[in-house]
Amino acid sequence: MKERKIKNAFREGPISSEFIGDSIAKHQSKTSIGAHNIFLGQVRADEIDGKTVKAIQYSAYEDMANEKFHEIREAAFEKFNLTCMHIYHSLGEVQKGEICMFIFVSSPRRKEVFKAIEFLVNEVKAKVPIFGKEVFEDATHQWKVNT
Amino acid sequence: MNLTIKYFGMLAEVTQCQEEVFAFSQERISDLLKALYMKYPELEEKEFQVAQNNQIVTTDNRIDHSEIALLPPFAGG
Repeated sequence: MKERKIKNAFREGPISSEFIGDSIAKHQSKTSIGAHNIFLGQVRADEIDGKTVKAIQYSAYEDMANEKFHEIREAAFEKFNLTCMHIYHSLGEVQKGEICMFIFVSSPRRKEVFKAIEFLVNEVKAKVPIFGKEVFEDATHQWKVNT
Repeated sequence: MNLTIKYFGMLAEVTQCQEEVFAFSQERISDLLKALYMKYPELEEKEFQVAQNNQIVTTDNRIDHSEIALLPPFAGG
């Protein structure tokens, strides 16, 4: 298998629908693909003790995070028959309702992409050192923990 | 040896810095944590993992890299 280089998965701020749309369009030339699957993580306006989350400020141990993203990508290419795979995560502030993570997998056939996307989302949540500061409407904050 | 210690998320709020150079001569991660708890008692109450050379390590591990990161619970996705 060819060596893939470590990419930077991070984007400053929210991931726009234009960026997502462009990513889909770029795959029109890859005609062995028969199925795409996309996961979009969106910042939820959680209500905690009567206060509502307004935004999440993301930070990361970027070197380690990009290495982990790379290991997760390699593991997914080993496990599933994928043509290509893209993972993006936000850094900095993302408002409620905006997209903070975009995972995109493509394969000749549909079964693989359903399994791959679930594997990827779970792995990212468990293994990538990304931290989220949940900022409330009244400017107080708490630190998000993945469950 | 001079170690660079990196703190993230809620841990950086406790230490009031995102990284610092820490002169340290003992050999294990557990020794380093004891020293850090002396400097920042509040740190001992926090949940975190330690990474060395971009890998999670246990407190028994030897320090063999000059950059050590303290990582609070992950919140990606």
